[in-house]
Parts: sequence; structure tokens; C-alpha cells
Amino acid sequence: MATIIGGITTSHVPAIGRAIARNLQADPYFKPFFDGFPPIHDWLATAKPDVAVVIYNDHGLNFFLDKMPTFAVGAAPEYRNADEGWGIPVVPPFRGEQGLSWHLIESLIGEDFDLTTCQEMLVDHAFTLPMALLWPGTEAWPVKVVPVCINTVQFPLPSAARVYKLGEAIGRAIRSWDADQRVVVIGTGGLSHQLDGERAGFINKDFDLKFMDSLLSDPTWATKYSITDLVELTGTQGVELLMWLATRGALGEQVRQVHRNYHIPISNTAAGTLALECR
Amino acid sequence: MAASRQIPGTTLFDGAQARKGYALNKMCFSFNEAANREAFVADEDGYCSRYGLNAEQRAAIAARNVLQLIAAGGNVYYLAKFAGILGLDVQDLGAQQTGMTKDEFKAKLVAAGRH
Repeated sequence: MATIIGGITTSHVPAIGRAIARNLQADPYFKPFFDGFPPIHDWLATAKPDVAVVIYNDHGLNFFLDKMPTFAVGAAPEYRNADEGWGIPVVPPFRGEQGLSWHLIESLIGEDFDLTTCQEMLVDHAFTLPMALLWPGTEAWPVKVVPVCINTVQFPLPSAARVYKLGEAIGRAIRSWDADQRVVVIGTGGLSHQLDGERAGFINKDFDLKFMDSLLSDPTWATKYSITDLVELTGTQGVELLMWLATRGALGEQVRQVHRNYHIPISNTAAGTLALECR
Repeated sequence: MAASRQIPGTTLFDGAQARKGYALNKMCFSFNEAANREAFVADEDGYCSRYGLNAEQRAAIAARNVLQLIAAGGNVYYLAKFAGILGLDVQDLGAQQTGMTKDEFKAKLVAAGRH
């Protein structure tokens, strides 16, 4: 059976992509964020995952409002990104792990999660930037992937409690996949930020730090909040912490912190990174 | 918690907004394609007409005004693609919406990390 080695959650701010494209990792503005990754690179080099299940939110590259799935799972042989309208660099394509895609789909629908399945799917910066942060400078990604997309564009969004349960079900599905494969779960987005409205620029450091702590000490702590509460506490885009909750849900009860980092700001965002190893 | 609870300075992109803004967002979604961005730049009025924008949406596009675009049903993720045509990033958008200069807006963000 497959093994979950751990989970990594990180912000996916487009400015990170521009910094990578321009080699600004050591620039004083970006360095405090990029410095969060070498310890995670070391861990990945030892833990050697074969597959990454990437839980992210599309920002209007693959999905439009004509059809907006709450939960979507990729089942494609290959995933590409594209210029998103504001000129993000295009990265090498990702190889899909279709065996795990379909096992996930069957297992999750078997647990009453009504998914949308996607045999063609573009992946946006929320997928590509964390991959580029975890495996920098790669010509060919060292892992196959399964994208899991959660709607954070159009309200109502799925509740934090529901998303945590989705994560738990993803964890059960991976562990029951009949393959000798090592799987890392990656959750992208957050932490607190708001792009739109007069409240643009909203950041809540106290909440973010409490939330990061909770993923170790009390993983379901944030599931007590409604989506409206979370928008109020973390901003309209801070609600992307849903991806972190799903990831934590997948990891099971016992985890060890590999590394964490938190820095304000990258662009409009409180940028967080957390790596957890399953015990 | 009532679903209708208002958060100051914040518009939740709910069903009402999604209905109101459909044409505007559909046009902005089209800007994923470089050819469509060029077509918009070449003939802004004609491009807006093809997508059936209403008067409020067309005025907001003409004014390059983010708060007006949101009021007209725009969603920030699609609007970001319009901003891309104008060469604006999310900090430009943040500055405009909060009535600050970009430097002031950036300073506000840096300050949020200090306390």
C-alpha cells in the first residue's frame, strides 16, 4: 500500500513566480520567504516522494463561472499551466499519476464526496509555484501529481469542517492505494490577505500564528469557524487556509514539524510555510 | 452566524454578484488568451459590446476603477486579468481601492508584520 510521508503547506503569491523568474530569492524583500525552503528541500531529498497530491484553488485559469465545481480532482496524463493574463512564466508540464487519480475519485465518491473529475485541466500559479518552490530549477519534475481543486472563487464555499473531512478522506484513499509509492500532500494558499475592496491589504498575524500552531496541537481548531468568520478573520483570500486544513486532515493524528516559516509581507500576503512529517 | 452578515470594505462574491457580473467576468476570463487581450486593446468598446457588458460595467472598465468593477459584479480573480492588460499588479489595485499611493499601501503591509 502507498505511504503518506507528510504534508507541506505554503503560500502561492504570484509575486513569488516573478521573483523566481528574475532570480530574486536573495533579494532582501523576498529572502525571508525563500529562506523557509532549504530545510524542506533537505527533508524531501531524504523522504523521496514519488507522487504529490496538490490541494489548491484555481483563480480563473481552468474554471469559469459557467461551471464551478466545489471539489474537482484531476485525472489527466499531463497538466500544463498557461499565461494567466498577467504574464506568469510557463513551467515544464507535470506528469499525472492517473492510477492514484482514479483511486482517489472512487474512494472519495465512495465516501459521499460528490466530485467533478477532470481528464483535461490547466493548473494555475496556485499549483505551479509551490512545486517550483519545493523543487527549484527543475527541468523535469521528480514527482507525478494529482491535483485537487477546491472552489474559493464563488460563494458559498465548502465549510472548513467539510474541507477537513475531505482531507481525512483523501488520507484514507492514499493509504488504501495498492501501490508501493510514497506520497506527499501539498496544500497551497493563504495565509491572511485580502485583495479586493476598501479592506484590501488586511492581514491578521495573530490569527495566522494561532492557526499554524493549531495544525500541530489541535488540528480541527479552525473548523469551528464559518466561512464568513474566516473571511472576517483572515481576509477574502485568507480563506485559502482551507487548503491547509485539507492537507492537515490527510496526514492523520500523529505529525512532527519539519520546518515552519512566516513572513509579512509578500505582495499583499502574510506568507506562511509549514512542513509536517507523518509519524 | 447569518450568511448575510456584512464585513466592512468587503464584498463576498456570492450568487447575486455572480449573476450580476457574469458578462464582465466572462470578458475578463477571456483575457487568459493573448489574442483576446490584443483584441481588447485594439477595440475596447467593440470588445465590451461583444461580451454584452451593461452600462455600469462599461463605465467601470472605462474608468479602470476597481471598486466600481466590484460593485458591477466583478470578481477580483478575473479582474486581475484585466489589470494585467493595464500592467497593474495587486498592490496597484490595493492602493487604488484604499485611496493610498502604492508606496503607502506597501508600507501598510510591512507595518502589519511588525506588531
